[in-house]
Amino acid sequence: MMLQGGIILLFSLAYIGFLFAIAYYSDKRSDAGRSVISNPYIYALSLAVYCTAWTFYGSVGRAASTGIGFMPIYLGPTLMVALWYLVMRKIIRISKINRITSIADFISSRYGKSSSLAGLVTIIAVVGIIPYISLQLDGVSTSFDVMWQHSELAGAIPPPGTAAILGDTSFYVALLLATFAIIFGTRHLDTTERHEGLVAAIAFESVIKLVAFLVVGVYVTFILFNGFGDIFGQAFQKPELRDLFTMKNAGTYTDWTWLMFLSMMAIMFLPRQFQMTVVENVNENHLDKASWLLPLYLLVINIFVLPIALGGLLLFPSGAVDADTFVLTIPISQGQEEVAMLAFIGGLSAATGMVIVATVSLSTMVSNELVMPLLLHFGPLRLSERRDLGGVLLTIRRCTIILVLMLGYCYFRLTGNAYTLVSIGLISFAAVAQFAPAIFGGIYWKTGNHLGAIVGLSAGFVVWTYTLFLPSLAESGYLSPSFIESGPFGITLLKPYALFGLAGLSPITHSLFWSMLVNAGGYMILSLVGQQSLMEHSQAAQFVDVYKRTQENDFRLWRSTSSVTVLRSILEQFLSRIRVDEALNDYAKKHGLDWSKDDVADAALINYAERLLAGSVGSASARVLLASAVKEEPVSMDEVMYMLDETSKVIAYSRELEIKSKELEQATSELRAANEQLKEVDRLKDDFISTVTHELRTPLTSIRAFSEILHDNPDLDVEQRSKFMAIILKENERLTRLINNVLDLSKIESGKMEWHLTAVDLKEVIEDALATLEQVIKEENIELETALAEHVSLTVTDRDRITQVMLNLLSNAIKFCDSQAGWIMVQLKEQDYTLSVAVSDNGPGIKPENQEIIFEKFRQVGDTLTEKPQGTGLGLPICRQIITYFGGDLRVNSIPGHGATFFFTLPVVSPTEAEADKEPNYASPIFANGKTNNR
Amino acid sequence: MNRFTIIGQRLVAIFLIGCLLFNYPLLSIFSTNDMLWGIPILYIYAFSSWLIIIILMIIVIEMWH
Repeated sequence: MMLQGGIILLFSLAYIGFLFAIAYYSDKRSDAGRSVISNPYIYALSLAVYCTAWTFYGSVGRAASTGIGFMPIYLGPTLMVALWYLVMRKIIRISKINRITSIADFISSRYGKSSSLAGLVTIIAVVGIIPYISLQLDGVSTSFDVMWQHSELAGAIPPPGTAAILGDTSFYVALLLATFAIIFGTRHLDTTERHEGLVAAIAFESVIKLVAFLVVGVYVTFILFNGFGDIFGQAFQKPELRDLFTMKNAGTYTDWTWLMFLSMMAIMFLPRQFQMTVVENVNENHLDKASWLLPLYLLVINIFVLPIALGGLLLFPSGAVDADTFVLTIPISQGQEEVAMLAFIGGLSAATGMVIVATVSLSTMVSNELVMPLLLHFGPLRLSERRDLGGVLLTIRRCTIILVLMLGYCYFRLTGNAYTLVSIGLISFAAVAQFAPAIFGGIYWKTGNHLGAIVGLSAGFVVWTYTLFLPSLAESGYLSPSFIESGPFGITLLKPYALFGLAGLSPITHSLFWSMLVNAGGYMILSLVGQQSLMEHSQAAQFVDVYKRTQENDFRLWRSTSSVTVLRSILEQFLSRIRVDEALNDYAKKHGLDWSKDDVADAALINYAERLLAGSVGSASARVLLASAVKEEPVSMDEVMYMLDETSKVIAYSRELEIKSKELEQATSELRAANEQLKEVDRLKDDFISTVTHELRTPLTSIRAFSEILHDNPDLDVEQRSKFMAIILKENERLTRLINNVLDLSKIESGKMEWHLTAVDLKEVIEDALATLEQVIKEENIELETALAEHVSLTVTDRDRITQVMLNLLSNAIKFCDSQAGWIMVQLKEQDYTLSVAVSDNGPGIKPENQEIIFEKFRQVGDTLTEKPQGTGLGLPICRQIITYFGGDLRVNSIPGHGATFFFTLPVVSPTEAEADKEPNYASPIFANGKTNNR
Repeated sequence: MNRFTIIGQRLVAIFLIGCLLFNYPLLSIFSTNDMLWGIPILYIYAFSSWLIIIILMIIVIEMWH
């Protein structure tokens, strides 16, 4: 008989012994520098630690009641792995740079190397994984019992976990697994916390469980039955099995989707997955091949789940055999002891793989993130002064492994057989899904902060505990069932499976919804509201921008110096002397230092030591350890700037540079324009001066000529003399006028003109001007027509200047109107708060092309050769300057041969309208132009 | 666009295709008692979609090596 107790035990021990041999061998190879695990295939196989007793035994059980309802747990990872190329690559890169040792280390490191956050994550991980560990104990001890009893009716065995502890198989299984994990995972401390032997053993286990499951599958499908078609055909004959062919029993589509999401998170954030994928990763590029090898592995190991489940249901129609044990009970019932033995070993490998890796990663977390920081913080222990802390660390880890397994065992005893394997596992999945917001936020969102992570994680964890963990204990009878039925103290709104009345979801989906809501919500809101410390800020930048990192980008978070001797002694507390020497010599070689001469440890070296230490005790502990030895000086603002991420600095610089260069460009073009303008003004000035001199010379010449005549001919007759004198006087007047005009213009243009502002009645001004010129008009026989409005509003302006304008326009009209039948018309109107004055004549008119030129200085229209200039050429330009100054407009309308009309406008501002002034939507053009009357 | 970006984008597309294939409503189309080659059509759909996703990933990732 093969399946005797002794033989089973012998096989188990032989198998475990073989695993040790593999681990030992690969450790030796690794020490010799020829790693056996450094290839993507071993890496992918080690990731298959995802498949545990849950997969090996539980999937069949799940399939037997839900059809393809077991699949989301494997489809989720398949899809998630497709995103690994982006997400996991980043996590691995970050972890390698920061020497991350566990998922707790990762999260705490991102949020400012916070000890409290590391502790929280560790607690969540430990509590969350306990159900999962108990699942493995359940699976293994059940399989032991099934094999042991060698019974076709596994149901006849007393359920595990009900016997006295010392007679309970699962207790011994727990002890065995603990021993196993201790020997494997805590043999020595390393700077990187990598375990080559462990990885090799896990990869081997993945092969064994796959082969074992396939053997059972092939046996059931092709030997016991005649292929897939036969099994499904027979099952189709049974109406009670037909529903398994559809989605009917597979849960609602909502549950299905949430389960996929859940397993997506699990494949990344289960501590053992993180350990295998990130911490034990040898080469980032192995991820490429592993991203399709792992899904392929999952697919292959699941091909025979449905045939085995349906085969089992066909073979044991009574339901007397637990479907979770079909993988064993089918071969046993058919007397296939070899197949059963292989299946048993397969199940054992699946369970041991999970337990070893999970406990090793949990023990790393507990020792590095929970116990060490606590011990270091409590001064009285003076732990940081002890030598050889490595031994203490290892002891803590070993105790943790035993503790975790015992907690798993207790949970197993407490819940008993209330759950199937899969539903226990899902509780753990929901716990680790809580890490998702903090991690995804941490690597893609710089704003995510420590407070947000703490609050989000705690809230999510509390909700998880309340809606899943506590009820799982209640269902087994250790809490009152009324807790689930009617809520605590009968408060129905707080029913753990229907919180706030949210009913109709499966417990897992329900818990996941609420916990994710408070977790992600709390994380985001507090991150948006709160602030980051300096350390957090730089860590956030380092995590999010990990790909932009340059060599110089090592943060100088230690602003202090210490001695190399002190650093060496701290390092030697945890690492072997040889390893410390090696590391320090490496550093010296790289930086051209000589330790026999240099004993000053600068910030970069302390940083190096911190990362070295972080590799074995985690970043939070490493920081505390070094801080106790290195007296840090306060960080100055200059230093803060220095600490800022190099890349973000560069980005900021280049952005600034871009802005500066744009500004420069703009300034250049403005300067160029200003220069052009200056050149133009200079040219105009030259023109002006030459024109002015020319204009001055004309009257001067005639004055000089007539003066000479008078001087040289004292005997000229009186009549002649007085005629010449009159010419001299007239030319003198013209000269004076010209000079006055030039002065006026230059005053106006340079803004030095003095304006005497008063309220002016334009009608009066016009009438005064007409009175002045009345004599001339009469002499010239000019017909004067006026059309002045009766009453016009006052305008604030300089009365003398406006009179000057008026006189100028009228003189021009007199000068240019028809010499035979002269006609002039003056109009005054008020419309829309604007006064307009028009002076028309019936002269030759102005050609359209000249209508603007006449307002330019010294530009007189007409043939200068045949006609004597009739003015200074400055009158109209001065008029326009004056009118423009008062917010008005001076223009001309003319059709050649039909006279010309000069007209100007002035805005109305009269004291009577002072109130209207105050209204915001009305402002006089004068004020609107900023030309106020206080000048 | 560099190799890293384009592979990343293709894999994201595969992820989205997978989410579509393995969810309501496409899944519900195959939730019938029909058989193909003696195998329930839902099983065939689920496993072949799964395989297709893996093959797509192999093509995208290995094509560059």
